Amino acid sequence: MQIIKSSKVYDAIIVGSGAGGGMAANQLANQGLKVALVEAGPFFDPKDPATKTQMKWAYESPRRGASTKRAFGDFDMSYGDWEVDGEPYTKKEGTEFMWWRSRMLGGRTNHWGRISLRFGPDDFKHKDIDGLGENWPISYDDVKPYYDKLDKMIGVFGSNEGRRNDPDGFFLPAPKPRLHELYYINAARKTGVDVIPSRLSILTKKLNNDRGVCFYCAQCNRSCGIYADFSSGSCLIFPAMANGGQIDLYNDCMVRSVTTDSEGKATGVSYIKKKDRREYQMKGKVVVLGASACSTARILMNSKSKQHPNGLGNSSDHVGRYLHDSTGAGRGAFVPALMNRKTYNEDGVGGLHVYSPWWLDNKKLDFPRGYHIEIWGGMGMPSYGFGWAADEMNKHIEGQVGGYGDKLRDDVKRFYGSYIGMAGRGESLAKYENRCTIDPNVVDQFGIPVLQFDYKWSDNERLQAKHMHDTFEEIIHNLGGIALGDKPGKDKDYGLLAPGQIIHEVGTTRMGDDPKTSVTNKFSQLHDAKNVFVVDAGVFTSQADKNCTWTILALAMRTSEYIAGELKKMNL
Amino acid sequence: MNRRDTFKTLFIGAVAGATISTTTGCKDETAVGKGITELPLYGRTPKEIEHDNKIMGEQYLNEHELATVAILCDIILPATTTAGSATDAEVPAFIEFMVKDLPDNQLPLRGGLMWLDREANQRFDIIFKDLTNSQQIEIIDDIAYPDPDNKKPEMAHGIKFFDLIRGLTVTGYYTSKIGMKDLGYVGNIPNVWDGVPDDVLKKHGMKYEAEWLAKCVDQSQRNVIAEWDEAGNLIT
Repeated sequence: MQIIKSSKVYDAIIVGSGAGGGMAANQLANQGLKVALVEAGPFFDPKDPATKTQMKWAYESPRRGASTKRAFGDFDMSYGDWEVDGEPYTKKEGTEFMWWRSRMLGGRTNHWGRISLRFGPDDFKHKDIDGLGENWPISYDDVKPYYDKLDKMIGVFGSNEGRRNDPDGFFLPAPKPRLHELYYINAARKTGVDVIPSRLSILTKKLNNDRGVCFYCAQCNRSCGIYADFSSGSCLIFPAMANGGQIDLYNDCMVRSVTTDSEGKATGVSYIKKKDRREYQMKGKVVVLGASACSTARILMNSKSKQHPNGLGNSSDHVGRYLHDSTGAGRGAFVPALMNRKTYNEDGVGGLHVYSPWWLDNKKLDFPRGYHIEIWGGMGMPSYGFGWAADEMNKHIEGQVGGYGDKLRDDVKRFYGSYIGMAGRGESLAKYENRCTIDPNVVDQFGIPVLQFDYKWSDNERLQAKHMHDTFEEIIHNLGGIALGDKPGKDKDYGLLAPGQIIHEVGTTRMGDDPKTSVTNKFSQLHDAKNVFVVDAGVFTSQADKNCTWTILALAMRTSEYIAGELKKMNL
Repeated sequence: MNRRDTFKTLFIGAVAGATISTTTGCKDETAVGKGITELPLYGRTPKEIEHDNKIMGEQYLNEHELATVAILCDIILPATTTAGSATDAEVPAFIEFMVKDLPDNQLPLRGGLMWLDREANQRFDIIFKDLTNSQQIEIIDDIAYPDPDNKKPEMAHGIKFFDLIRGLTVTGYYTSKIGMKDLGYVGNIPNVWDGVPDDVLKKHGMKYEAEWLAKCVDQSQRNVIAEWDEAGNLIT
């Protein structure tokens, strides 16, 4: 079957519609450019009643929200999770990696936690501080103007705290802490752990006339039907289209490779239309890759030509290398003081109202780089699994475990809302050896060679996880709680979660000034092909103790501005 | 055909021939129902709809098993003066659905029910479902509590089984409309969160600090468009 070629030439072809791709589409279309936005999954609009899960009751799902079909539960707004039908990935023996993919317009921005933290000055130049890893070729001052614009354009609640490495911004006001969060604030302070209002891209106050204001259903992971939280579709793609932007959506189209000419410049992309399983090509003056760090690396490595024998942008052999995810560890606790609660609606926003940014100096610790702490708890809507082991808490208060009838009913109610949990999310060190490559033996259902992951944690991350658990226990003690389960020891890597599991994977097309040790330059432009750009987290030289989305968005905005300028100057 | 029409067609197909679940006061085998046969829209993809319909078209537990499950459910969570029972909350239908959705639970449940009938036969020469209530309770009291020191090794499998059926019953009940009301869950409605109620703060010896509150939303201004000064201070 021959490849179907279109003669239309776009100013820009954008691959992927998540945070980076959505921002590029928004910015380039607003500049009047003709844009093709190619997305491997279906169209999705959070307000469509046919696909909407927001405000559904647990009992509207026959499995009461269980994770049988969606890894984060029935109502989680992600089409695809650790596995995508017909699109496998492999792992090198003895290594581990978990890779989350959302195949839908807006990608993972439809279900993410909305935690929107700017990187700080130290995060861009951490090698200057501890001699480890690599500095970014840009500094906080280069990105600050875009963070500022982003705050005002998309909206994020939080507070100006004057913390050097957790920069202030233009925040919407924060929601008041819930009861368990007040307990946490007291206990964290007693432990010497800083705690401030969280920073989430949720509208606690009106931002503009196109989006609604949060009505506190706690369900941001289901994607907000009134657009009161950030998702790429609702806040970037649809507004740009409504504004007259020329965006052609190519949904259910899986990009295989970037096509190049005899000089090695990109000419467009080759993609599979999933519905007819045929291969098509489209042309563009510029190709912008925002498929996610690992998918972009895969596309580049699968784009082999005479001019780019090792894959596009890969003359340095750095595509796929320095892959790194945030570290993660967590612990739950039972808090007797929170038993027998008076019930009231404390759903709040979708996620934490308070958090602990990194508060220590690594010079005094046995591991490099920091972590922040996220908090959960409260009287949420019961879903599958609720109450299963409620009676077990009796063992902590000299009650009787087990039973049935009125006793059981009392147990369930007595312990409702008496749990609190903490999750540490930290910075790992990017390593040359940790990478994804093309598996020489496996293709997906479209015949496209798949990724093989080769990733191992080091003691840097293990010791950080150990510190997290020590901290959690101290905080739990100080809030009068009883830690649940056993503290994971050395044999369990101190509870360090698997690489990839925090879904902050970055670094596969890292930016740098030296083309021999980096894939993209400081404008996220391939060293090897000047009309190809990367707008996902692949360009991160290093992760921080922050979540990556706000920086993906800021950098995508900056790169889009550069692309529009260079196109006008005929430099591409 | 659009998405919704597709759904409707698939849905009608699945319902045809199935008994509509009616589970009020059901100790009677024929009234227990066959599991869930009808679903509201809850934002499914076509593939997920296919899975749901496949499950609803199958039957795992037979009538005898379902009747026993219903008795157990109501022993675990009987009605109170203010709340309905587990069968009022249609927990048996939920359990029938779940063991098809998560098939790992099928054998433990089926085998456990058989264990229970054998135990009833050993003690009273009659299957569990047909025992008097006090005879049933006599058996349940032997398996409803964990036995970490293994003092009753002959009850070990029954204890394991009861733990499963109790977990399913509690989770099915408290995720139902009846159960959420009994629990006192009052969320999942549009509202304006303005902090923990004063009496609750007082009871827990907590208060909001003025400095922290200054960073929090003034809900009377939530519909006023945000504006900032150059230093990032909110001015509206």
